[in-house]
Amino acid sequence: MSMEEPEITHPDVIKKFMYVNRRAPYGTVYALETLEVVLIGAAFDQDVSLAFLDDGVFQIVKGQDTTQIGMKNFSPTFRALGDYEVSKLYVEKESLEERGLAPDDLLEITYEDEDDDWAEKPSIRIVDRTELTKIMAAQDVILSF
Amino acid sequence: MICQPALSGERELKLSVVVNEGPYTHQASDSAFQFTKAALEKGHEIYRVFFYHDGVNNGSRLTVPPQDERNIQQNWTELGQSHELDLVVCVAAAQRRGVLDESEAKRHGKDADNLAPGFRISGLGQLIDAGIASDRVIVFGD
Repeated sequence: MSMEEPEITHPDVIKKFMYVNRRAPYGTVYALETLEVVLIGAAFDQDVSLAFLDDGVFQIVKGQDTTQIGMKNFSPTFRALGDYEVSKLYVEKESLEERGLAPDDLLEITYEDEDDDWAEKPSIRIVDRTELTKIMAAQDVILSF
Repeated sequence: MICQPALSGERELKLSVVVNEGPYTHQASDSAFQFTKAALEKGHEIYRVFFYHDGVNNGSRLTVPPQDERNIQQNWTELGQSHELDLVVCVAAAQRRGVLDESEAKRHGKDADNLAPGFRISGLGQLIDAGIASDRVIVFGD
């Protein structure tokens, strides 16, 4: 994953940023390039969350194997998000169910909670469509690719 | 160039626009262009237009659409120049797709560059910065 050194502007402003993932991890480049934005964005110390809905839930399914399609399996990067202080990954319950997926099918993604003696906690939060609507309504910036 | 003030009672906003699709295949770039133009005419400020994914192809000056069709790159260039817009093409996405300015072309040993006038190449930080600095970010994609 290419990393640039972004210039940090407006250091006093903290906004709620949500990245909305609606597409499957492979087939198009949207998922990979969205993850690149998340990683770069982490340097800006904003209040970041990710939402996975529609086919986007496939991005965090465990056991991905891309060896036969000539693409890089970037799903392990999601497990590193905790190190970037990205600890809120909302997954829409209905999208999972519509695709025959259960929470157990998803990657184990955790973060260390600095407010709780660095206890390891799950980053994935399963929310239903109504809850996700409310969470989205509370955001300042929603980037959907 | 029409520059009307915002209607009374409406607050003038600082806006940023994200364009995620290339020209012609998808309508996203046309819609983004029309939105940007309309927002300027209403008196709003456009802080930045950020081109990502295939959207970077809007910044290639080598497109040659038929003469009776709109020229999307030229539309952006002209609007950008008349309003001093900050038209930013994401460097990582642009490198993948062969959109290079002179210095990028030199740096990567390529024999040509194709970034259109009025555009500049920069990093994804410019997108996050736009989100932080703007009242609204409007994403145009598919």
